[in-house]
Amino acid sequence: MYHKTVSYRVFSVFNNVFLTLISVLCLLPLFHLLMVSLSSTAPANAGLVTFWPIGFTLEAYAKTFDNANFLSSLWVSVERTVLGTAMALVVNTIAAYALSKETHVFRARNIYLWYFVITMLFSGGLIPGYILILKLGLMDSLMALILPGLVAVFNIILLLNFFRTVPKDLEEAAFIDGAGHFRTFYSVYLPVSMPVLATVSLFIMVGHWNAYFDGIIYIKDASKLPLATFMQTIIVQADMTKLDPAAVANLSQRTIRASQIFISALPILLVYPFLQRYFVTGIVVGAVKE
Amino acid sequence: MEANTIQQVNPGKPLRQSRKKKVKQPWMLHLMVLPAAVMVFIFSYIPMGGILMAFQDYKPKPGLFGSPWVGLKHFEYMWQNDYFLQITWNTLFFAGTKIIMNLIIPFFFALLLNEVRKMALKRTIQTLVYLPHFLSWVTLSGILIDMLAQTGLINQFISSVFGIKPIFFLGDGSWFRFTIIFSDVWKEFGFNMIIFLAALSGISPSLYEAAEVDGAGRWKQTIYITIPALIPIAIVVATLALGNVLNANFDQVFNLYSPLIYQQGDIIDTFVYREGLLSGQFSFATAVNLFKSAISLILIVISYRLAYRFAGYRIF
Repeated sequence: MYHKTVSYRVFSVFNNVFLTLISVLCLLPLFHLLMVSLSSTAPANAGLVTFWPIGFTLEAYAKTFDNANFLSSLWVSVERTVLGTAMALVVNTIAAYALSKETHVFRARNIYLWYFVITMLFSGGLIPGYILILKLGLMDSLMALILPGLVAVFNIILLLNFFRTVPKDLEEAAFIDGAGHFRTFYSVYLPVSMPVLATVSLFIMVGHWNAYFDGIIYIKDASKLPLATFMQTIIVQADMTKLDPAAVANLSQRTIRASQIFISALPILLVYPFLQRYFVTGIVVGAVKE
Repeated sequence: MEANTIQQVNPGKPLRQSRKKKVKQPWMLHLMVLPAAVMVFIFSYIPMGGILMAFQDYKPKPGLFGSPWVGLKHFEYMWQNDYFLQITWNTLFFAGTKIIMNLIIPFFFALLLNEVRKMALKRTIQTLVYLPHFLSWVTLSGILIDMLAQTGLINQFISSVFGIKPIFFLGDGSWFRFTIIFSDVWKEFGFNMIIFLAALSGISPSLYEAAEVDGAGRWKQTIYITIPALIPIAIVVATLALGNVLNANFDQVFNLYSPLIYQQGDIIDTFVYREGLLSGQFSFATAVNLFKSAISLILIVISYRLAYRFAGYRIF
């Protein structure tokens, strides 16, 4: 009924327009960056490019892909993301499966849960973590980037809360057919858990792709830097320009940097829309309980 | 009992017994937790032991077992340090403002989005506003530094519309604070809204129907049905956020700040990084971090207790 009142209709139009503008505002900075990267150097440096390329050219991308450091970093990041996500998915999902059992099935469940949750509440911090990696001899290795964050307790909780919503009948049927826990997990739980698996995979993948800080402290060899760390050094070096107005004129690298930033964000832009429809359900089921 | 009955029915099949046992198999469950438990032990529990170095003058050569003990020296130094008070205040200011803004803005945005009746439009808006959450602060800093520069897009826009001088967003202390908070809200408001949208979708349509029958317009329905339904979840979000008042987002500040605005922009985490890893003051930095972790732990425990008491919230 209220849908028909004039005031609600007016509100509705304004509301739709307002929300559309706000959401466009979320995309605009990235779009601007893309346009800068597609423009030729002179207008880009003069700050003439807004939301349309001026003097369209792919030169910046050509130069970016000519850069050996950029390419090796890109490869390290791909390697890290694929390997890190696969390892984390296995370790976290099997742990979450076991922890999703009732205490009368798995007596130690609550002890394990607290053992994990404590690490969410308290940590040794930056320096002891750094010294541990040093002592373990993991410096400059891919494992230094993967192992410390392998167990994400938040993801385990998300997964176990979802697993607990799986009907017990399915599990019992599997047991009666003679399946063990591994088989039940693999053949019964995994296929019905796609939303939460997609959510957790997206979180882990994005986490690995975006992680830069561990690269700063654990990787000294330039050829082993992940892309995010490589980008960070570029941005921090370029940082000088924001301190010294005179140096802004010197920004000949602007289009190249824009292209590098855009390429580094590209995998997320590509993966995210496909997993997006899953993760809302995944988060909601994992976080909100009746 | 049950196993017995089955055997009586099928006396010729002793297999059943072993199958019944197989259902429990707790050793298999232990085995499944094992990899995660071991990794957590190595990479979370062992570093906790490293906290002892906060009470030492830690030197890498002799290590944790050979360095001299100095008691609370580093903590006393921390308290007497004016700069430490400054960064603690900065941290509280950033985190506190973000907590409030990141609660209020997603709350209202969810209410507005709830009024969008065209599903296709609603989906598109959602997809776009979630996106910045998934971009890293490295990427966004790159974009922000470019857009907020003296000759950047924002300053050009401001000077052409309002005719004022370019603003030094990242080089001026108070503008830096504004930029940090604004950009964080911009990045996260869409994602923070998800929890409210979930609560909205859980409201029973019959409540609205009843209200309509009673003659309530959309405004009245919002005030008497929608908002009260969101309040409990907002309380949970607010209380849980309490545990985060000493986390002001290292990634964001680290990638946007510069020595020029340390006074207004430095937070505990960035300070620990510079003092600890860049200046090599392992013990002092660990002491500062321990102080932060201890306070945070207390706050988290309190906030979880409160969330449980007020809203029955539990994490598992």
